[in-house]
Amino acid sequence: MMALLNAGLALLLLALAAWTIAARDAFAAAVGFIAYGLLLTLAWVQLSGIDVALTEAAIGGGLTGALLIGAVARLRSTEAAARAERPGAPSRLLAALVAGVVTVALAICVLTLPDPAPTLAPEVAANIAAAAVGNPITAVLLAFRAMDTLLEAIVLLFALIGVWSLAPDRAWGGRPGPLHRADPNGILAYIARVLPPIGLIVGMYIFWAGADHPGGKFQGATIVAAMWLLVMMAGLADAPPVSRKWLRLGLVAGPLVFIAIGLAGAVSAGAFLAYPEGYAKPLIVAIELALMPTLALILALLLVGAPQRPVPP
Amino acid sequence: MSFALNLLTIVAVVAGAFFFLAGTVGLLRFPDTFTRLHALTKADNLGLGLVVLGLLPHVDGVLAGLKLIAIWLLVLLSSAAASQLVARAARQRDPDA
Repeated sequence: MMALLNAGLALLLLALAAWTIAARDAFAAAVGFIAYGLLLTLAWVQLSGIDVALTEAAIGGGLTGALLIGAVARLRSTEAAARAERPGAPSRLLAALVAGVVTVALAICVLTLPDPAPTLAPEVAANIAAAAVGNPITAVLLAFRAMDTLLEAIVLLFALIGVWSLAPDRAWGGRPGPLHRADPNGILAYIARVLPPIGLIVGMYIFWAGADHPGGKFQGATIVAAMWLLVMMAGLADAPPVSRKWLRLGLVAGPLVFIAIGLAGAVSAGAFLAYPEGYAKPLIVAIELALMPTLALILALLLVGAPQRPVPP
Repeated sequence: MSFALNLLTIVAVVAGAFFFLAGTVGLLRFPDTFTRLHALTKADNLGLGLVVLGLLPHVDGVLAGLKLIAIWLLVLLSSAAASQLVARAARQRDPDA
């Protein structure tokens, strides 16, 4: 029974992936990608990767989907012209050839993986007591491979700087994104008033549960960011100008706390990002607490886009 | 007692699945946006509600049951809001519909 369900899920995933690639309409392709992300979430649940499933649903399906829909809306005016252009036979043949070679190379890589696959899972399980958190994913992300997580947060910050740098000169330092106006008595304003309190609690719960259960700062921060975006889209609050001091401080606070704790570890525990004996849990909680608001700010502002409305002096 | 609860689960989940099936058929067969929305919201509201009702006797603990009910209420809220927004967008595009 379960095998039948899994086979159906895999077939649906493949069919939807093919449909998303083949769809000529950009909006349809974006919607296909979101549905694909939700199906992929189910696949990760079936593989018992609940942490990955949560991240896929929040970031892969939700956030990236919203980003793509925003991109589709911006491209709408040029889409007809772009679709009218038909690349010549050689370039299409070349594209098909390159895509085919990449697919074959990936398939060969996957099929030649040694069986059983090389794994560090037993070592993580043996040393998890040192990290003092119950969820092995959190232990890997914040104790054993903390460097990766730090660089991930910094990469996101760079991505936001990249988006902001697309601002026209006159709008630099101004408010990002378009001004949203919605009916103050309409359904969007209503949901933007009702949902955020619930969303904040769910986000904080997922963040807090991440120490011992699936969850964590990334998934929690995505939900918090989504609530903020909802409030902005309903026109209840405008996006802050990117020149605001509190905003910039909030954006660097997480990585700075992470680096400071890492440097303190170099002095007290003998290695960068090492935690002194007995202090692992409070330090991990401190890093996560500092990273969560930073991530929520970055993820929401990535979606809002580049500054485009100058602030009157 | 447990037979009655199992019967409730089977009846409620099958009824819920029927609503999802009917909603999907409606989504594929109905002629315009508004009737399709009507079919879709029935699946969300009644279908998911019946599935949740059917699962309730089998959760361990009151808290897990409350979580299931909370999920159903959140889906009700979001599907009601989303269908209103879709309907409004459809009317703005084609006021005669």
